[in-house]
Amino acid sequence: MTFLNVDIRKKAYPNGRCAIENLAFAARSGEFIAIVGPSGAGKTTLLNLIAGLDRDMDGSIVFHSGQETEAGHRTSFMFQEPRLMPWLSVQQNLELVLVPLSRAHHVTPLQDLLALVGLPGCGAMFPGQLSGGMQRRVALLRAFIVEPDLLLMDEPFQSLDAPTANQLRLLLQDLWQRTCPTVLFVTHNLREALSLADRILFLSAQPSRVILDLPVDLQRPRAIEDLSVQKLHESLLDQYPQLLGGLIAPSKEKNDA
Amino acid sequence: MQIALKPGAQFGHSRWARILPAFLFICAWQVLAITLESKTLPPPSAVLSVLWHEILTGNLLFHLGMTLSRVAISFTAAMLIGVALGILMGRSKSWDRLLDAFLILALNIPALVTIILCYIWFGLSEIAAVIAVTVNKIPMVAISLREGARAVDKNLLQVARVYRLSRRDTFFKVYLPQLTPYLFGSARNGLAIIWKIVLVVELLGRSNGVGFQISSFFHFFDIAGILAYTLAFALVVFSIETLLLRPLETHLNRWRT
Repeated sequence: MTFLNVDIRKKAYPNGRCAIENLAFAARSGEFIAIVGPSGAGKTTLLNLIAGLDRDMDGSIVFHSGQETEAGHRTSFMFQEPRLMPWLSVQQNLELVLVPLSRAHHVTPLQDLLALVGLPGCGAMFPGQLSGGMQRRVALLRAFIVEPDLLLMDEPFQSLDAPTANQLRLLLQDLWQRTCPTVLFVTHNLREALSLADRILFLSAQPSRVILDLPVDLQRPRAIEDLSVQKLHESLLDQYPQLLGGLIAPSKEKNDA
Repeated sequence: MQIALKPGAQFGHSRWARILPAFLFICAWQVLAITLESKTLPPPSAVLSVLWHEILTGNLLFHLGMTLSRVAISFTAAMLIGVALGILMGRSKSWDRLLDAFLILALNIPALVTIILCYIWFGLSEIAAVIAVTVNKIPMVAISLREGARAVDKNLLQVARVYRLSRRDTFFKVYLPQLTPYLFGSARNGLAIIWKIVLVVELLGRSNGVGFQISSFFHFFDIAGILAYTLAFALVVFSIETLLLRPLETHLNRWRT
């Protein structure tokens, strides 16, 4: 069932530069889509548009959530930085996003959920007392706790060391398989995309559009160092050497032409 | 590497470090007063005996109470209006442009002018007195809070929007905590300034309060009386700082590690 239709004809920055042009894709309900593109390709801008944080564009973003109202779907956003409120404890940070929902909605106590993401007994701590990896666990839990239909993730594990990032990727897959939101995961790390997604959308450089829509049907759960992931990574870059630079044409052909 | 400066780390912990300078000051004053034997510099013992007499007659409590209530009302009004104005100007460029000239003007009009004009326009009344003090303080609060509102982290406000926090939660749990340093800054120097202005207001047009008392002591050239009220005054300010402001600030800043 299609959950989301994105069709952006044009999105320009306030300075007039065109960020996105003719970018269109659809997402099925519960699908995990990674969006890979060169830096500066307007990936964050795309997520902001889908989240409704930025409405200034020419095109349409339509949700099919079964409900007619605009508030019918629930969106979570995990940003590049954890963006927790530093003056609220971990527990208060989580309660803050639960307030707009009916609290009865939530049956599992927060302490149990904190233990589930590997932070048992950390409810009373302030974000400043946690490591970067722990702060991201809280941010990840905050994103899932509202039981979103759509989870937007903007390179959330970028500045972490490799083992911590791997743990968080496994945690993300675990939480995603439990609750099945549609995920749009922006990254410039192709291995990360291959290890997480059902499908990868490759974007061109600015103005960005989709240049390749690649289904990934490797077995789950996967880790970034799995052989299958490595192999796919190699063969993909063999086929399209400039894929990560936002070009789909094999470089040889380009030289010939 | 972080350079951590801890003010008061050496002296702050010891109560003696606070009391000792005051004690030495009083000793020096006593010695000076005895050697000079001048009518214009009564010794601390004389001041204390006047203070004690004023406490026993109930005069001190009455006049101090009148002054304190004027301070409390004008302080609250000035903070509320100043904070609202500052936030408005910090958030909206058009309001900022519209009000900036007035703010600069209001900031630079001498307190005495405002006081006299208020007494002329509104009569020698309690309301005129409070308005005069409040009007003097508002621009200072507004200037400081405008700075704070400009420095507010938009990333955290995005979090509030994505998770659909109510306006109330967004304001009190996401927005306002970022302004606490500015709030405490203006509360501190606000209290200091308002005290001083209230005394002038009382001297010019009220028949009670510390300012009125000091003016009558001045007519009788009663320096010990003037100093006794000043001392009482200093004690009150000191208690507000140690019993109210500092504990509150420590509580609100407990997340800073």
